Amino acid sequence: MSLALLLLLPFVGSALAACLPTRARNLVPTVAGLVGLAIVVPVALLFPDVRNGGVVVERVTWLPSLGLDLVVRIDGFAWLFAMLVSGIGVLVVAYSRYYLSPSDPAARFYSLLLGFMGAMLGVVVSGNLIQLVVFWELTSLFSFLLIGYWYHRRDARRGARMAFTVTATGGLALLAGVLLLGSIVGSYDLERVLASGDAVRAHPLYPLVLGLVLLGALTKSAQFPFHFWLPHAMAAPTPVSAYLHSATMVKAGVFLLARLWPVLAGTDAWFWIVGGAGLATLLLGAYAAMFQNDIKALLAYSTISHLGLITLLLGLNSALGAVAAVFHMLNHATFKASLFMAVGIVDHETGTRDMRRLDGLVRSMPITATLAMVASAAMAGVPLLNGFLSKEMFFAETVFVAGDPWVEAGLPIAATLAGVFAVVYSLRFGHDVFFGAPPRDLPREPHEPVFWMRLPIELLVLACLLVGIFPEWSVGPVLSAAALPVVGGVLPGFSLAVWHGFTAPFAMSLVALSGGVVVYLVYADRFKQRPLGDVPLIRFLDGKRLFERALAAFTDLARKLRRAASTRHLQPQLLWLVIVAGAAALASALVVPLEWGDRPRVPVRAGFVLLWLVGGAAALGAAWQAKFHRLAALTMLGVVGLMVCLTFAWFSAPDLALTQIAVEVVTTVLFLLGLRWLPKRVELDDPRTRGRARWRRGRDVVIAILAGTGIAALAYAMLTRSAPQSIAPFFLERAVPEGGGTNVVNVMLVDFRAFDTLGEITVLAVVGMTVYALLRRFRPPRETLASPQQQRVLPPDAPSDLARPAGPAETTHAYLQVPAVLVRLLLPIAALVSLHLFLRGHNEPGGGFVAGLVMAIAFIAQYMVSGTQWVEDRTHLRPARWMAVGLALAIVTGLGSLAVGHPFMTTHVWHFSVPVLGDIHLPSATFFDLGVFAVVVGAVLLLLTSLGHQSLRARRAPAPDAAVEGPG
Amino acid sequence: MEVVVSLAIGVLVASGVWLVLRPRTFQVLIGLALLSYAVNLFIFSVGSLAIDKEPIVQAGQPADLLHYTDPIPQSLVLTAIVISFATTALYLVVLLALRGLTDSDHVDGEEERP
Repeated sequence: MSLALLLLLPFVGSALAACLPTRARNLVPTVAGLVGLAIVVPVALLFPDVRNGGVVVERVTWLPSLGLDLVVRIDGFAWLFAMLVSGIGVLVVAYSRYYLSPSDPAARFYSLLLGFMGAMLGVVVSGNLIQLVVFWELTSLFSFLLIGYWYHRRDARRGARMAFTVTATGGLALLAGVLLLGSIVGSYDLERVLASGDAVRAHPLYPLVLGLVLLGALTKSAQFPFHFWLPHAMAAPTPVSAYLHSATMVKAGVFLLARLWPVLAGTDAWFWIVGGAGLATLLLGAYAAMFQNDIKALLAYSTISHLGLITLLLGLNSALGAVAAVFHMLNHATFKASLFMAVGIVDHETGTRDMRRLDGLVRSMPITATLAMVASAAMAGVPLLNGFLSKEMFFAETVFVAGDPWVEAGLPIAATLAGVFAVVYSLRFGHDVFFGAPPRDLPREPHEPVFWMRLPIELLVLACLLVGIFPEWSVGPVLSAAALPVVGGVLPGFSLAVWHGFTAPFAMSLVALSGGVVVYLVYADRFKQRPLGDVPLIRFLDGKRLFERALAAFTDLARKLRRAASTRHLQPQLLWLVIVAGAAALASALVVPLEWGDRPRVPVRAGFVLLWLVGGAAALGAAWQAKFHRLAALTMLGVVGLMVCLTFAWFSAPDLALTQIAVEVVTTVLFLLGLRWLPKRVELDDPRTRGRARWRRGRDVVIAILAGTGIAALAYAMLTRSAPQSIAPFFLERAVPEGGGTNVVNVMLVDFRAFDTLGEITVLAVVGMTVYALLRRFRPPRETLASPQQQRVLPPDAPSDLARPAGPAETTHAYLQVPAVLVRLLLPIAALVSLHLFLRGHNEPGGGFVAGLVMAIAFIAQYMVSGTQWVEDRTHLRPARWMAVGLALAIVTGLGSLAVGHPFMTTHVWHFSVPVLGDIHLPSATFFDLGVFAVVVGAVLLLLTSLGHQSLRARRAPAPDAAVEGPG
Repeated sequence: MEVVVSLAIGVLVASGVWLVLRPRTFQVLIGLALLSYAVNLFIFSVGSLAIDKEPIVQAGQPADLLHYTDPIPQSLVLTAIVISFATTALYLVVLLALRGLTDSDHVDGEEERP
């Protein structure tokens, strides 16, 4: 089976599970379990390939130029983790089936669980560092969603947010670190990174890389000072805690440390930071675990402590330490997952996790009690269990560490102390909960759980025993295979015997065990008097409070910054936009000096100068009159548009000139329709703000002149320089053979750049619909509801259809009769012109855009002279349908080329002969252009008519006051 | 001719910038229209100013920029003309909606406070 497919499988399963019925309590876990098994088995079968330092790699090329491939790379270490992730995953799925209550949505749970399984698998089998970080962040995301599974609970939401904030922030730091690492090595490929350890450690950026990568790893593995999120993540359902927050996800951090051990370890900085963080976490976690009265919190702190132990082992810079770390990762995953599941059973069957209420459960659930006691003995490091072996190796490492005398003496003592704490909290769980007086007033009557709920624990505890009693036989080959890549290829000698003789580590184990038992016997009752979650001496280290304060402070800071640096007023925003754009343009003169070129100038013609004397004056006039006389400003704007149109025609752009003049017409009509709804102008400035307004005007005049001068200089510099580089000849050469037309601009629009045009007509259609939707809710301003002043001056008895036209008899009066007839006659002629422009478009100036505009103008003209009601009584123009048909036609034409095996929107030209017309060639782009035509007609009509309809609606409104109350 | 076109662009930009900085929505609307003229002209002139060299292929003419003007800026501007019509229409309607909702044609929806 392909490894990449194997990696894809859980995600497919996740999507599938999400689609199943929410309450399918048997079906969904079955699917999830099968998916898990479909991963476990093939992975397990890979063992012979990875056994002696072998590596299985599968590469899916994605962006080879950037060194980004999807690489699935399984060596012994990745294999071990893949087995843990998928194996414990299957057990957790089986367990959850009985843990979740019927009211919990099953589909969501298993979908997320499978998604997490995929993400975690992705982390461990990634052969590319970037890919690893992507999956890493995915695990944070799924962890967030799973902690917040019971999102109706406030602690779940808060815990989820905290876990996500901490781990995802670490993930970002990791991304930065990985990018740096990749740039040092020259590749993101794990294989090459692992081989470049010396180069990386000698690089001046090594401390930075180390810091960033460690930020990622330490946050993920809940190491001091980032440990505080893990206890709050316990708001998740217990199977999630067992899976993510003890066995797998929190291991991702130590996994990464071990993965990059050959690259980053071996320096003093590594020793002090990693070792220091590990030691602090080990002691702190174990100490805090002793004082917990919620058994799940106890396990959470003990998880923190064990992760600290692994981190410390990795930080010791010794190969044997790394081997011990790998061993302890495996052992901790087995006993801690089973412990969490046992807690889940206790919680499930008794209804509480409070140790002050739980007692003597061995009577009612003897099998569960036995399993939990064995697992907690493994956690304490009792001989003949797996925890003993790795703890023994840990003690040995602390004894043999060489360095500072303080370190040499202090480390074994600290390790033994942590061992004592571990024994105490293990006893508190294994002894206190299950022995003692029978429990009273529990929420539920305790009893043994169903067999299938206990089975996963039994299997895990069996593994603890097997490894503890027959280590060499059961786990020796796996450990060698897994540790080999971590230590960089040469495995140090180690022996996995239960009995090594009476050595210093064994003495430490004895001290820890006996000390722990003594402390427990003396203090057991006092522990139970304490309030929930209170830990003496280190109360000030309350990470949650610090985190929440920091979060509040950052939010506050962001709000203040936003208040200081932003505004809700449009004018300053636009001002800054203009200033920044202008400054950027000025700054570009530093790169390319602003100077005139020596291209031969086009000789000046008096006519053109005159053209722009008028055009410039009209532009300035429009700027001046836009406030005082809108109609005048509009007229002058039209003059400017005409000048632009003539300029296009002058300089060899007939298509642009045609389009510009047509657009000019519809724009003007549009503005005229809008003018009706604008308020009377403000004659004078408010005296209170007059000074400010004057100052602003002066400032803006200066800015406008500067901007205009700048652009003029830029344009002149550009126009006078010669620019030989252009891809234009490409289009000129291929327009006829490949596009089937001689008008290159049109061929580009409907063929070479047809995708762009498709986007554009989509925008047109969207704007049409948006305008329609906005105007449906249009609320006309109060004063515009009354008839305008011009109509009010008429005497009431004068015959007029201007002032009192409402009703079907509207056009019986002699209102624009002659023009109306002429315009009606114009309609077929305009249609013919439109057809002409459309058909010639491919070879001569014209095309779908301008043809559509001409057609739309012809319709609009009918509206203008005959009135909306008259036109709509007699025609059924459905603009939205025009747009839909046009878009569909354009897309179908484009897809047609896909169907015959060419890329999207390739043009095909048919040649055939018709008796009268002679030879005809018909490019498929014509149909595309027809789509453009239809969309333009529809969009323009929709825009203008929906604006025009507002007058009708306003007239229908009964009275100004009532209309204000009830919007249309 | 280059001087004339550059000055024309400059005048259009200056008028447009002045208008978009004004407080009345209609002024901003006219300003945007002027600015889009200016930008269209500018992009168009990237392809240089050529007289009687329409990009319409004639048989026998070599396909280079000595015999035709550059068709690329033209096709870009053609799209831009239609798009700027659409955005102007959208802006006009937003302006009217704002006016209806706030009874004001100030760009902030309320008159400036003293």
